Amino acid sequence: MSDQPVPAIRFSGVSRHFGEVKAVDDLNLDIYDGEFFTLLGPSGSGKTTSLRMVAGFDQPTSGSIQLFGNEVAGLPPYERDVATVFQDYALFPHMTVGENVGYGLMIRKVSKPERQQQVEAMLNLVRLPDMAGRKPSQLSGGQRQRVALARALITHPRVLLLDEPLGALDLKLRQQMQIELKAIQQQVGITFIYVTHDQEEALTMSDRLAVFNLGRVEQVGTPADIYEHPTTEFVAGFVGTSNLIRGQLAQAIVGSPEPFSVRPEKIHIQQIGDPIDAGHCSATGRIDEVAYLGMLTRYIVALDGGGELTVVEQNLESTSMEVMAARNKPVLLVWSRDHNRVLSEKG
Amino acid sequence: MATTTSHVPAQPPDSFWRRLSTFLYQRPWLILLLLLGPPLLLLGVVYLGSLITLLINSFFYLDGFTGQIVRSFSLRTYAELFTPANLEIIQRTVSMAAAVTIADSLLAFPVAYFMARFASTRAKTGLYLAVLLPLWSSYLVRVYSWKLILAQEGIVSWFFHFFGIQGVLDALLTLPRIGGTSLSVSPLGIFIVFTYTWLPYMILPIAAALERVPQSVIEASGDLGARPGTTFWRITLPLAFPGVVAGSIFSFSLTLGDFIIPGTLGNSSYYLGQAVLAHQGTSGNLPLAAAFTVIPIVVMLLYLSGAKRLGAFDAL
Amino acid sequence: MHSESQRAPWLLKLATAAVIVFLHFPAVIIILYAFTTDDRTFTFPPPGLTLQWFGVALQRSDMWEAFGLSLRVAVIATGAALILGTLAASAVHRSKFFGREAISFLVILPIALPGIVTGIALRSAMSLGNIPFSFLTIIIGHATFCVVTVYNNVIARYRRTGKSQVEASMDLGATSFQTFRFVVLPNIATALLAGGMLAFALSFDEVIVTTFTAGQQMTLPIWIFSQLTRPRQRPVTNVVAVFVLLITFIPIIIAHRLTQDTSAE
Repeated sequence: MSDQPVPAIRFSGVSRHFGEVKAVDDLNLDIYDGEFFTLLGPSGSGKTTSLRMVAGFDQPTSGSIQLFGNEVAGLPPYERDVATVFQDYALFPHMTVGENVGYGLMIRKVSKPERQQQVEAMLNLVRLPDMAGRKPSQLSGGQRQRVALARALITHPRVLLLDEPLGALDLKLRQQMQIELKAIQQQVGITFIYVTHDQEEALTMSDRLAVFNLGRVEQVGTPADIYEHPTTEFVAGFVGTSNLIRGQLAQAIVGSPEPFSVRPEKIHIQQIGDPIDAGHCSATGRIDEVAYLGMLTRYIVALDGGGELTVVEQNLESTSMEVMAARNKPVLLVWSRDHNRVLSEKG
Repeated sequence: MATTTSHVPAQPPDSFWRRLSTFLYQRPWLILLLLLGPPLLLLGVVYLGSLITLLINSFFYLDGFTGQIVRSFSLRTYAELFTPANLEIIQRTVSMAAAVTIADSLLAFPVAYFMARFASTRAKTGLYLAVLLPLWSSYLVRVYSWKLILAQEGIVSWFFHFFGIQGVLDALLTLPRIGGTSLSVSPLGIFIVFTYTWLPYMILPIAAALERVPQSVIEASGDLGARPGTTFWRITLPLAFPGVVAGSIFSFSLTLGDFIIPGTLGNSSYYLGQAVLAHQGTSGNLPLAAAFTVIPIVVMLLYLSGAKRLGAFDAL
Repeated sequence: MHSESQRAPWLLKLATAAVIVFLHFPAVIIILYAFTTDDRTFTFPPPGLTLQWFGVALQRSDMWEAFGLSLRVAVIATGAALILGTLAASAVHRSKFFGREAISFLVILPIALPGIVTGIALRSAMSLGNIPFSFLTIIIGHATFCVVTVYNNVIARYRRTGKSQVEASMDLGATSFQTFRFVVLPNIATALLAGGMLAFALSFDEVIVTTFTAGQQMTLPIWIFSQLTRPRQRPVTNVVAVFVLLITFIPIIIAHRLTQDTSAE
């Protein structure tokens, strides 16, 4: 993918300042044609502002945004070949579902019979056949979401922008929609730019993602990259759970004060005195807390050298009674040196 | 999917409106100017401009010999304003406004309290309409109707006679300062009609303020052991007070500037509005009329700044 | 313990009922007096009832002239209020600009200040600029205090609608004008109607400001006011008063319905 010459979207040195607040600060990012690309970050990290600048609802303070090689800064939203699915769906309440979906075609002066045909096809795609005559107020949240999607897709934009589109749905529906969205993206074959604060959602759906923090991009990569090789403290902490080890403790374990992270599932709990294989790190401590999570158990271990580590183990053979009894037990923690990720303070 | 793609133009057809829309989109200040221009022309230029000419006029004066208005700066008109006769008019009007405001808040409170606390959704809608109708409609007709009601031979007199208590009414009318030959030509009558006319302006903001008192606050007070009476005096009333102040802005301000009600029900002693009307009309002393009008403006500005400090504007 | 949140004390109910009766009692009285046979005094109870005054009122050309003037003034002032109120509300809603708060204040000022202030201010400006009384001076006076009804209704609707519908429309290819036509206007239609109705009712029976801007022209309220001081056939005035009552009641009830329907959605 990355050898494609012209990216679908290119941010070059884009900043958006609201007075003193740097909502987006010197953003450089290429998103390629056909990618499912996610902008991931906590609220206020600049991901939504970046999306809105692509749509044209907001203009950069400085820098340039290119859509397939063409500068779009200053162009109104209706001159950009992108479409948006809004967090609150933004359906027009006075129009029927059919009129909502056909709105873009009506504006493009597509004839009425042609319009009806395409609206029907699009409602089929989002699995809402025979709903064209209803009003948005008569639909459930999930159905409104699909209508919003159909309305955005019907004009065949080259890029679809999705601003936390599943935020208002309950967990079950959200998981189902995640799969459907991904399937629809593969079917229509256009670039999806997806904004979310939910790291699990981002890892499940994206081809690549960018992790935002305080208006800056911390790391860009595939889900596996980001999860397995976080390069900054923020990414290691925000995507999944990570143990951050630094300073004296790092010195004691690996012989260098440079901060590094290690995922809880990579650490094994062993008996004090067990042999330690070559190429492995270890630390001794005492189990401070035990949380039985059904499939998994999470242990918080207070280290003898100060600080604590989170460890997750699968409950392959152990029962809840057994794991709960482990509290206060002195243990040896062992993990492969390969799982240590050396971090920089800032990306 | 790909089969239908060819039917959709990537962009809507180009047009003059499209280009104009883009031209404006790239100049947000121009849109703002176009949107604000016309309303500002009326309210900013004509209306505020007129208020300024009112001030200017109050510094002109009427030449007693020629009967012409002299257009040069002078404090002569203000000196004329503060003669005992005119001060009496001002004092009479301000006391009336104060009395009417107090009476209105007393009458409005139970209605507003009922609307905000007890009325079902349907009853509330009905009550709101019942209060809104007299607020927006036919002010003059309703004032006129009071002339019929309070007339010597009208329904109020008839009522007192019917129950054989006309002595009470007669006694009221003989009181100095507020009495008169009948209710329809007495300060008492004016007071009744003013109170009546501005009552809806008082009910609505109080109801709005009371509705904003969360039920949970009242229940919390009850749970903490306060008796309902205590809750009312210590919790509900103070929280409703901004609403009372907001309502009083209207009852006070409208009383200061009205000439229809005293003109319809009054006797020979003038109220401020009547003085303004008379001076700008028959006597042709527009400067004095303007100077008179500066009084309600100043009073209201003082009142508004006080009300703002009490948070009354949130209840409007 | 929690009786306060459930049932109203009977005294409170009684007070509420009494105040509501007090508010509407004059309207009932004026309707009654439109049918009285007594044309000299305001005797209660009326000595007899008749429909003759309705016929007499219809014959009075001075009444019809005043009615025509009031109608024209109210229609044009309402139109001006609709346009200016919508423009001001749109400006305040769509952008944050210096002096935004001042606009709301400026719009409310003409009804917050006593009518006499607006009246004498316009009169002063006319005197200073040597502008003669005319139809236009009445309209300007009425437009100043009518703008607020439209402004308030429209801005309340805008606040409820949110901005993303407008963004969605432009995102789908619609220009600002198309967005206004297809999305904004249908959304604020009932707010405009409600605001317009209130503006009409305000204008149709306004008397104080009009007194200073009309000169010798007679609107219907000024006609009624003149009949109070120089009565000619008192019951005719009563009939016209009932007429004004109805003309202002109906738009207000419609406006109320409109705002109720949409808030119930």
